[in-house]
Amino acid sequence: MSKHHVSTIINGEPVEFLCEPQQTLLDVLRDELNLTGSKEGCASGDCGACSVIVDGRLVCSCLMLGVEAEGRRITTIEGIADGDRLHPVQQKFLEHAALQCGFCTPGLIVAAKALLDENPNPTEEETRYWLAGNLCRCTGYDKVIRAVLDAAAVIRGEAAQ
Amino acid sequence: MTFVGPKENLKVVGTRPVRPDGVDKVTGRANFGADMTMPGMLWGKIKRSPYAHARIVSINYDKALALPGVKAVVTRADFPDVPPELAYIGEAPANLRDLSRNCMAKGKVLYEGHAVAAVAATSPAIAEEALDLIEVEYEVLPHVLDVEAAMAPDAPVLHEDVFTLGVDPKPTKPSNIAKRIQFVKGDIEKGFAEAEVIIARRYTTKPVHQAYIEPHACVVSVASDGQCTIWSSSQGQFMVRGYTARIVGADIASIRAIPAEIGGGFGGKTIVYLEPVAYMLSKKAGRPVKMVMSREEVFRATGPTSGAVVEVKLGAKRDGRLTAAQAVLKYQSGAFPGSPINQGCTCAFAMYDIPNAVVTGYDVLCNRPKVAAYRAPGAPIASFGVESCIDELARELGIDPLALREKNAAKDGTKAVHGPTWVNIGYVATLEAAKASEHLKSPLGPNQGRGIASGYWHNAGGESSAAVHVNEDGTVTVTGGHPDIGGSRASMAMMAAEVLGVPYERVRPIVGDTAAIGFSAVTGGSRVTFAGGMAVTRAAEKVVEDLKRRAAIMWDISPEAVEWRDGKAYPAGANAGSFEPLSLAQIAAKAARTGGPISAEVQLNAQGQGPGFATHICDVEVDKETGRVKILRYTAIQDVGRAIHPSYVEGQMQGGVTQGIGWALNEEYIYDQNGRLENPGFLDYRVPVASDMPMIDTVIVEVPNPRHPFGARGCGEVPIVPPMAAVANAICDALGVRLRDLPMSPPKVLAAIDAATPLAAAAE
Repeated sequence: MSKHHVSTIINGEPVEFLCEPQQTLLDVLRDELNLTGSKEGCASGDCGACSVIVDGRLVCSCLMLGVEAEGRRITTIEGIADGDRLHPVQQKFLEHAALQCGFCTPGLIVAAKALLDENPNPTEEETRYWLAGNLCRCTGYDKVIRAVLDAAAVIRGEAAQ
Repeated sequence: MTFVGPKENLKVVGTRPVRPDGVDKVTGRANFGADMTMPGMLWGKIKRSPYAHARIVSINYDKALALPGVKAVVTRADFPDVPPELAYIGEAPANLRDLSRNCMAKGKVLYEGHAVAAVAATSPAIAEEALDLIEVEYEVLPHVLDVEAAMAPDAPVLHEDVFTLGVDPKPTKPSNIAKRIQFVKGDIEKGFAEAEVIIARRYTTKPVHQAYIEPHACVVSVASDGQCTIWSSSQGQFMVRGYTARIVGADIASIRAIPAEIGGGFGGKTIVYLEPVAYMLSKKAGRPVKMVMSREEVFRATGPTSGAVVEVKLGAKRDGRLTAAQAVLKYQSGAFPGSPINQGCTCAFAMYDIPNAVVTGYDVLCNRPKVAAYRAPGAPIASFGVESCIDELARELGIDPLALREKNAAKDGTKAVHGPTWVNIGYVATLEAAKASEHLKSPLGPNQGRGIASGYWHNAGGESSAAVHVNEDGTVTVTGGHPDIGGSRASMAMMAAEVLGVPYERVRPIVGDTAAIGFSAVTGGSRVTFAGGMAVTRAAEKVVEDLKRRAAIMWDISPEAVEWRDGKAYPAGANAGSFEPLSLAQIAAKAARTGGPISAEVQLNAQGQGPGFATHICDVEVDKETGRVKILRYTAIQDVGRAIHPSYVEGQMQGGVTQGIGWALNEEYIYDQNGRLENPGFLDYRVPVASDMPMIDTVIVEVPNPRHPFGARGCGEVPIVPPMAAVANAICDALGVRLRDLPMSPPKVLAAIDAATPLAAAAE
């Protein structure tokens, strides 16, 4: 089985990799590129722990093949912060204690960033439905939702970072 | 020394700092079980039984071994026989022989998904391909899934060597009833004779999975000299080391277990599944082996907790005073003995002052995966029955359910049905907080209802170790032995900072591997803040004593003449002399001249954990067209003793409630007639998602536990105990219809509505 050569952009950097045709983008990120921040919780698109942003769209990287990354622009959890400056969603997750084990956290943060990129003023209900594809078994979502709404206020300039 | 006292005296404990491992976890840096790789690493995968019950006639793996890239295959023949000895390493005592045979089947497979062989290959794809080349011949046997069917005299028997324990005389025939236990208080017949109202009801629950989002994962490296390193995600690195050593027949010292970050456990990671198998593969292949379960494997072969039948009978006077209570609990244990039946029996009536009571429990084998601990193991099942029945009694008597609970509530001095006499308990305080809550006074609309339920968990103490090291620059490292599953690094650092009088930010807590710190039992039983925190506090106190001694040397005065406050040594009064205070950093800088490094390690077996009680209020709205139950509002009230980091205490309460709501409304294992699991994925096994939930209000009640330096009780498990009954009671309040079988999913709710309104149903 010969490998495919793929050229893509990940977290702003040009990246080339070789992958087998059946490898998912998640497999490639984790096993070939050592970007292990994206997690595998189900491999069936049900848990959202592997969420990444592809050309501005939120996707489960376990449902996309590595070869489909060709020519795309991908953001993973490793690319959410600006250098050592955390994104408001990350900062608010810390302040609100919106994580317990932290395993679903990368996916939730990527998904929340994608929401706020699109709609910086979501209602609680909109936030809950947007994040309904990201399972968290620890928190009961309360502090997660509060953190995202608070981060939205920061992005709108209505609250302190 | 105790710090239990006015909260105002505390500077760090009770505040809400950012957790020390937080940035790693919001940026993807934190390394979980599956994130480790080693040079030359192979990938291991497990061949699993497609049958619920079958004899293994033969296994032929020649073709698998011949596949290029396959480096090793192991079967039961590679594992030593382990005696049926109980080991007390995990959350509950585990029979080592059973644990070994759960990791790799011997002779028979006992559930669909039971491991029969494993391969290690150079890629996951090759390992997967090799599994298909392993030929296993089975003789399929009749199977039994449900608890009462398994108890029947003619049921297929799982183990020929299991005779029911706890009955006299010892049975002569093997049985699926592994154990019968009973607690008796007073005279049950007299109690029911005195009752003016008696109600008896039957409730059932389904097996539910802990459903941690991180599947089990490990990397194991066994060198040719037998030295082994295990990197894995678990609720206890010492548990992993101990069980693996016993199952593979290695010395404990030959294994170093390094705890990865753990992506949720809820009790389900207090035993091993993969590590002994990866050990054998690594030993045979001579290379490190990584194993990661798929979600399907997690559902088919790990956890869950018991499905059960709970029969409750209550007798009371017209004024609501309970005169008698009886419960019969039948819990599935799965393929090997060991359901949480003991805890179910102890927790069933623990909230109440009942003069006459009998609780009888059965631990019942069936062809399902061996159950694993799940958050307050056993208690939620019993409580669903008891707290539903209390509500039914309240309706029967026409008494407010909260008032009925107050009337019969356990208090200090009450002798519980299972034996202990309560001291320093906060149950009544939770009822009072419920009564005072704004939630209870808020109005309800049409098709809406409100339910109340309480819960109890005994919490746990036990063995813990901690070390406190003062670094050369006056910063502090705290090393503990417990994986941080939900913020315990923060609480450990906070307690150390409070005792030392230094800012929280100057303390760095780490979770040590099995070679870095003394033995510590698992992160489970709501024990880490209690027992681990006690070890940290004692170690910090020893360091303070040492710091005072060092200051005394530097000042050339007696150590008794030094006092420690706010992170500095001061002369204790005018007689001690006149010296500028010495900070921790100043003393640390001169450590070499005053005796060398400043550190203390404490090992202890913590006692006096202090029981936990909670009362929950739940509002629901029922859609009568679809049967969907929406949770409108939820308030969890809990006595936590003292909240070290209130945000993470609230988080435990909110998380426990949400798991309980999933158990109440949606979650269940569904099997086909051949004993094959039909919903081994998150699409069909539906855990609560963000849009299912409202915000969850929390009320932290603090009745300090005098046996902990800061007054803490365990807090993580109690919150999963009340929700199922709270939801059922709320549905009954909304519809006037009682649901007694979990989950209360839309089809069941609709059927219950239809059954209660036969004319309306017929008209449709």
